Amino acid sequence: MIWNEEFETLPREALEALQLKRLKNLVERVYTAVPYYREKMDKAGVKPTDIKSLSDLRKLPFTTKEDLRLNYPFGLFAVPFEKVVRIHASSGTTGKPTVVGYTKNDIDAWAELMARTLSAGGAHPGDVVHNAYGYGLFTGGLGAHYGAERLGAAVIPISGGNSKRQIMLMQDFGSTVLMCTPSYALNLADVMKEMNVDPKSLKLRVGLFGAEPWSENMRQEIEARLNIKAIDIFGLSEVMGPGVASECIEEKHGLHVFEDYFIPEIVNPETFEPVPHGELGELVFTTLTKEAFPVIRYRTKDLSRIIDAPCSCGRTFHRMQRITGRTDDMLIIRGVNVFPSQIEHVLMSIEGVEPHYQIIVDRQASLDIMEVQVEVSENIFSDEIKVLEKLGKRIEREIKDLLGVSCKVKLVEPKTIQRSEGKAKRVIDNRKL
Amino acid sequence: MKVEQISVFLENKSGRLAEVATVLAAAGINIRALSLADTTDFGILRLIVNDTEKAKQVLKDHGFTVGKTEVIGVEVADKPGGLAEILNVMKANSINVEYMYAFVQKSAGNAVIIFRFDELEKAIEALQKAGIRIMKGEEIYSV
Repeated sequence: MIWNEEFETLPREALEALQLKRLKNLVERVYTAVPYYREKMDKAGVKPTDIKSLSDLRKLPFTTKEDLRLNYPFGLFAVPFEKVVRIHASSGTTGKPTVVGYTKNDIDAWAELMARTLSAGGAHPGDVVHNAYGYGLFTGGLGAHYGAERLGAAVIPISGGNSKRQIMLMQDFGSTVLMCTPSYALNLADVMKEMNVDPKSLKLRVGLFGAEPWSENMRQEIEARLNIKAIDIFGLSEVMGPGVASECIEEKHGLHVFEDYFIPEIVNPETFEPVPHGELGELVFTTLTKEAFPVIRYRTKDLSRIIDAPCSCGRTFHRMQRITGRTDDMLIIRGVNVFPSQIEHVLMSIEGVEPHYQIIVDRQASLDIMEVQVEVSENIFSDEIKVLEKLGKRIEREIKDLLGVSCKVKLVEPKTIQRSEGKAKRVIDNRKL
Repeated sequence: MKVEQISVFLENKSGRLAEVATVLAAAGINIRALSLADTTDFGILRLIVNDTEKAKQVLKDHGFTVGKTEVIGVEVADKPGGLAEILNVMKANSINVEYMYAFVQKSAGNAVIIFRFDELEKAIEALQKAGIRIMKGEEIYSV
């Protein structure tokens, strides 16, 4: 089902006219309201009146996570703070989170986008949506929640954790739609098996999975083990949260970008020049309607390509290929963004600890496991076991406090961490996605 | 009064202990006493050797993390009650044993117990007051 037939099937010409109108308005608004953007545009020698066609978007400077960090917390908000009705945040690279805000209209648009996402994934009014995305500062839980309500479904706002209880409630409440990270979906399948619950006895029909990279193989595994159709959805808090792009259940091939709200671009990750449709590059988004926290050409560092072929579902929006990797070293652990530099930050803040570490990520029983190996130098070494164990626990606690992700710290001998040309290999990702 | 002990950080993987022993052997260092404390992931090897500085250096040269600690060696009659006597002195003085290990002297037939206390000076004083003989470092290095 197409939630918004009028906009989701707009002929390309009309869509592009709408995009241009909204883009002009966006640039005007941002230039007027956000000094930081105005300075950047002045420096680049571009004025709002220079935006005459969609291709003029290229004249505008990019926005990066660094820009967000520099303006922490509210420096890039484009409305007076009284207009803000919601704040979300995601983990940042140096301990400060990335903060985003929403006006009433933004929340309304977000609900519309998630209603579209749910519809594209095969959900409809009357469904029982089991929402196991985390509620809180993370955009996943509340984003999905408002969309499911807008759709006219009954939402179970269960959030993450306590899988046995989740499965019990799925049985008792007759959940038909599952929303969570793909790895958590597999974890639920594992727990069902432990509990001797046959997925075929549940009413689950579809699952909408996102917030972490996954593969076609993983989709097949989820579909077989949970007896559902698995749909890939995409979003990021800087742009909106979930609801930026979604697969349709008809093709399950590429995610339709809701182009009346966002302009996607693919750029060469080294030259930052736009690449033709179909070519792999860094995904860049411009938000067309957002009021509180608009972004212009936000570099996601996610790698994807644009699919411009028509889709059998009838939507005229271009599709983006599922994310195939990143241009930086960001890891996604149980849905949480983790940068090796954040781990380093924690280690360096502990007296005597040297920055010789390695992060090893694995997936056990469908859950991401992060191990941080830290080399034991003379400064932190002790002849007493309890001193070293205490140190390990302290690092684990501080990483958990900063990132919200638990890890296991393993103390290792010096020089055991692989170094190549003086540069240590920081991350070993053994997850088979 | 005090004995120098070196400690070596070891990851729990095969061959690490053999590596330490080989390095020390090659440097002509004699091990007098040792103990190995282990956890799931790592172990700490504590050694008393005839040449502490040299042992420390060669192990460091081979990439090991090495520490040096002061411990106490106490000579105990090799008979029932020998250890209890010492520990009761510590108990009476509220001194904690962090760890300990023992070996039997070849010549005298007495046992030597190596102690790591939380309060070293206080422990020495208490032992002396109780008339327990604390061994000199040289006595142990050259056992």
